[in-house]
Amino acid sequence: MNATAAVLDTRADIPSAFDVAGLALARDLRLAFRKRDEIVQPLAFFAVVTTLFPLAITPELSRLREIAPGVLWVAALLAALLALEHLFRDDARDGTLEQYALCGRSLTWLLYAKTAAHWVLTGLPLAVLAPFAGMALGVPVRAVGGIVITLAIGTLALSLIGAISAALTLGTRRGGMLLSLLTLPLAVPILIFGAQATELAMRAQSFAAPLELLAAFAVLGVTLAPLAAAAAVRISLE
Amino acid sequence: MLRGLALDVASGQVLQVTGANGAGKTSLLRALCGLLHLEAGRITWGGRDVRADLSAFHGSLAYLGHEPPLKVDLTAGENIRYWVGLRRRVRPAEIADTLASVGVPGLADRFVRTLSAGQRRRVALAGVLLLAAPLWLLDEPTAHLDSGGQQLVGQLIEQHVRAGGLAVTAVHHEIAVSPERVRRLELARG
Repeated sequence: MNATAAVLDTRADIPSAFDVAGLALARDLRLAFRKRDEIVQPLAFFAVVTTLFPLAITPELSRLREIAPGVLWVAALLAALLALEHLFRDDARDGTLEQYALCGRSLTWLLYAKTAAHWVLTGLPLAVLAPFAGMALGVPVRAVGGIVITLAIGTLALSLIGAISAALTLGTRRGGMLLSLLTLPLAVPILIFGAQATELAMRAQSFAAPLELLAAFAVLGVTLAPLAAAAAVRISLE
Repeated sequence: MLRGLALDVASGQVLQVTGANGAGKTSLLRALCGLLHLEAGRITWGGRDVRADLSAFHGSLAYLGHEPPLKVDLTAGENIRYWVGLRRRVRPAEIADTLASVGVPGLADRFVRTLSAGQRRRVALAGVLLLAAPLWLLDEPTAHLDSGGQQLVGQLIEQHVRAGGLAVTAVHHEIAVSPERVRRLELARG
């Protein structure tokens, strides 16, 4: 088909790539604050799991401190997974993703913005909540800074890896289970290094090595994940 | 899905694609805008293969699918700002004026969840107008609209093509546009 048309004046007032990403981020944040359930659900899950452990195992602080890094990270991972299912699915249903793909701007940038919004709404609050949850597990006050930093970086990496899985499972009917199956193996290194960093922080030892490995995963995710997610979204829209 | 299709549409024309359910009207529109990958053949725009610069082509089109791309938890004005804003900066007054021009004045601050299906369709049409794109690809643009709304869609398309634009519509019932501007394509199943 050959189509020609006089080009209307669309050049004026074209926003920059940053403006476009900012707009997509602002939109997702506004929507999330209007539907607070989706923000609260993962945080409530995290808080409930971490506070139930002492009740189920033992109130003895020495034993709780031993399991605290693992409990905090497993709970954070599962809480982040809960929110991942909604990352692209709602936008796919109502045609927003189609408009993103057809807006003439980089889909990768737009997915960066969406993933950033997911982290701001899920990962960052989890990192802030973790010290309070850690109190129930006997986490010493001196470890609070380390826990917040490692969880902030670790959940960023999780959001980025999860974005690929969320995009890949867009076209499936029961995406939730598949999303978990795809994300969990990729998230295992983050879980291991994150729990190790938390344990070292609790012992007042240097946790630089596992933290740097977590940061390396986050950098890898920032570099590659939105590109892969954009490719997967394009395929799912066909 | 689509075979043996070769046509040329010039600016100032409306291509009305008709056909039974499942004949491929929506698939044709999605293929035209690049959402569906072509196994064979090509689509050109302004004499150039759209695959050569898909982003530039996308910047020239406004696509409206079956469902209006609106979030029910945003207001009509917010929806348009976040949708059209990806393409061009749009002022609140411009949004309000365009909503008025499609027959839904004063809805800019209303949440989309409170609007009827017809009002939502009109809000989406306002978005299409504000995109200021030369090529419109509209899938059942009159769906959920009353007779006044259907006439409005005809008028909007007429104005668009008179201004040098081009429109491709997938429709069950033809939209009233000046006959000299209309080209018809009926898709057959199988």
